[in-house]
Amino acid sequence: MKKQHLVSRLELVKLTKQYPGCLANDRISMTLMPGEIHALLGENGAGKSTLVKTIYGVVSPDKGDILWDGKEVVIKSPSIARDLGIGMVFQHFSLFETLTISQNIELCLSKTQLHEIGDLAAKITELSQAYGLNVDPTRYVHTLSIGERQRVEIMRCLVQSVKLLILDEPTSVLTPQEVAGLFDVLRTLSKEGCSILFISHKLHEVTEICHKATILRGGKVVDTCVPNEETPASIAKMMVGDLADQEAGYVKREGTTTVFHVDDLSLPSKQPFGTVLKNIQFELKAGEILGVAGVAGNGQDELMAVISGEDERNVKNHLHLKGEPIGHLHAGERRRLGMAYVPEERLGRGAVPDMSLSENALLTHSDGFIKSGLVDWQGIKDYTKSLISKYKVKCHGEFSEAKSLSGGNLQKFIMGREIGQNPNVLICAHPTWGVDVGAALAIHQALLELRDKGAAILLISEDIDELFLLADRMSAVCDGYLSPVVRTEHTNIDQIGQWMAGTFINTHQPQEAQA
Amino acid sequence: MIRIQARTEPSALMKFVSPLLAIVLTLIFGGILFSAIGKSPVQALQVLLIAPLADSYNIGEMFVKMGPLLLCAVGLSLCYRANMWNIGAEGQLLAGALGGSAMALYFVESESIFALPITLLAGVVSGMVWAAIPTFLKLRFNSNLILTTIMFNYIALYLLIWAVHGPLRDPQGYGFPESAMFSDATLLPTIFESSRTHIGILFALLAGVVGWFILTKTHLGFQIRVFGADEPAARYAGFHGKKLSWFVMLFAGALAGLAGIGETAGPIGQLVPNVSPGYGYSAIIVAYLGRLHPIGAIIAAAFMAVLYMGGDLAQIEMGIPVAVVSMFQGVLLFFLLACDFFINNRLSFTNQATN
Repeated sequence: MKKQHLVSRLELVKLTKQYPGCLANDRISMTLMPGEIHALLGENGAGKSTLVKTIYGVVSPDKGDILWDGKEVVIKSPSIARDLGIGMVFQHFSLFETLTISQNIELCLSKTQLHEIGDLAAKITELSQAYGLNVDPTRYVHTLSIGERQRVEIMRCLVQSVKLLILDEPTSVLTPQEVAGLFDVLRTLSKEGCSILFISHKLHEVTEICHKATILRGGKVVDTCVPNEETPASIAKMMVGDLADQEAGYVKREGTTTVFHVDDLSLPSKQPFGTVLKNIQFELKAGEILGVAGVAGNGQDELMAVISGEDERNVKNHLHLKGEPIGHLHAGERRRLGMAYVPEERLGRGAVPDMSLSENALLTHSDGFIKSGLVDWQGIKDYTKSLISKYKVKCHGEFSEAKSLSGGNLQKFIMGREIGQNPNVLICAHPTWGVDVGAALAIHQALLELRDKGAAILLISEDIDELFLLADRMSAVCDGYLSPVVRTEHTNIDQIGQWMAGTFINTHQPQEAQA
Repeated sequence: MIRIQARTEPSALMKFVSPLLAIVLTLIFGGILFSAIGKSPVQALQVLLIAPLADSYNIGEMFVKMGPLLLCAVGLSLCYRANMWNIGAEGQLLAGALGGSAMALYFVESESIFALPITLLAGVVSGMVWAAIPTFLKLRFNSNLILTTIMFNYIALYLLIWAVHGPLRDPQGYGFPESAMFSDATLLPTIFESSRTHIGILFALLAGVVGWFILTKTHLGFQIRVFGADEPAARYAGFHGKKLSWFVMLFAGALAGLAGIGETAGPIGQLVPNVSPGYGYSAIIVAYLGRLHPIGAIIAAAFMAVLYMGGDLAQIEMGIPVAVVSMFQGVLLFFLLACDFFINNRLSFTNQATN
């Protein structure tokens, strides 16, 4: 144990934040030493986001004090936080899509900082190489995948030479190799004296890298621990109280009838930096989950857009639902045939931020609620209430705006809505990204239940553990190619990891092999 | 140093108070301006805002002006809800006036009871056609709707001027650029005796209610709102963006066209070069003042109509130039946008010296 008589980098004293109807933070006290990597753990709605937003000056606390380097400070705004040396990577990114990476980073720097840095693009390239973030300063943000955007957010903090870096679920979109790379970055930063506040749901990561952990439940600190003296299971227990352990594997199934298949699908990218889909071929069987692993930006978004019909190009003879070509149909018609989707972006695609949950339920679930063109609002309200209670969505009610929900709760809602349509085919991207242990468990159960009812499910995820847990068959994407499909019990993490890196491409597409 | 920061939770109440605040600020500004040009601000505001409602004749005239404003504003509200930036209500109104008037002149000798409905329909269809062209250009070639609709406003205006100088000019009109007076069969019936208020105002109120009904009660309206608020979500949900765009534009075109023929077949009674004192443009302000809500537009249109009336009265009674109306409208929009801005953002005064 390090018990040097140092001044703490950050100390919180009885921070309290009351929202209407919810005590988000209840007298939270914690201490962060220079160079310490500190995990903040808790379920969705436990108050983690509010707490870090308070530290970052987005939310002002009702009571309590914040001490920075031993001195009491009032952090009224993020710019004050940044001036102090606090950097933050949010769960929902805040980047301007129409600007380049370099311009986005420039935006949050003050003139003096810019002057000190001089050539920003060069600095970004230099840091990018030093930390292996692979960020090209001239690229436009709208062309980046979620994983890449997160790297930009991390870069944004690195450029400002931070003293406290707050990371809200930083690893959820990275490959195992990239996570290792990120952890190297964090360890280096930690050695240089930078404190790191790390929110994650991947408990094995927390035990691997964090020096200390604070566990929140219901807005209160319920426990603190030294993660490497604990096991993921024991930490999980502290987080959720006493819930069933989620280590137990699920039963694998084998589907028989093919419900949906993609036939030799190749499609050029719509965007200059998008991924070209190449000879994609797979089938989904009733009562089976096909898992697709892969690093963000390897064609998952493009594949999903083609399947859902959001990409409106005609691929008539390449997509088949129950033997019928559907590639020429409009997205709405495909939905009516029994396809449902859970997109990667929850807010802004899966749900309209400024609309109520009722309205967001109606967004894709209009069956039975439209009578001669009129909306049965009362019916929708009742249905929404049932979704909220069935999936334990934490919110004020069916009138709450989608943007007021935490990421995990919104995801539970969207999952419930799509599953509630009893789809034949569910295409599901990153179902538990940013979701706490308890909610992830609920989402897993819901997916398995849907599978057992006979739906065919395509599960796109970057969380290999989750894929192995849920998928009956496995595959991986890399650079727009889809690997062979194997039964999960016939493969292992190593093989899938190699496929994610593209080793299958050589054997399958020798003429287009890439180094 | 002053910085602008987005508010994390803009006040919901303020979104509705904002138009009132903007009106108050506009009146204060107006008061100062009137004193500056040597007029009594109290009297000027009284003439501008109270006098239009002081007697039944004036109230009737207020309704005459409110009708076209409201018809255009309801259509625009739906367009703006769907993120279709239609600035072309003026052109669509003029097209409606032109097309409808051509039909009315065809019936100039007629006493058929079908003359009026067909005339109105001609106006509505003309307005829809005028809205359809920029819509097609946008959806087919991704042209900028704001620019094309503005251009089509001028094309409509000059077509109308050409028509009253040429084919539609009254042969017995001593060469004045005006059409013949319409037959009674094609004139909109008035509601009250001794007032020019015609049933167009009822059409307008009905349009407001229908617009409200579409937006809040129908699945179509829901799709329009989603499409405007979050296009990726609309695409994800499988809504037909193009169909929605066509619907709101044609709806707006139809209402604006009705407003146009409602003027020529209503208070004017013939086609003249100045059919509209910029109703289509003012309707943009009305739509925003009404919070893009069709019922809100009814209240806002009434206010704007009072302002139009008041402008006329101020000119007659106090010699205040009628341009004051345009200026009031501009200032009102300015304050409205400013209020909205400060509802969504706040200024923070940071002291750079703390570094």
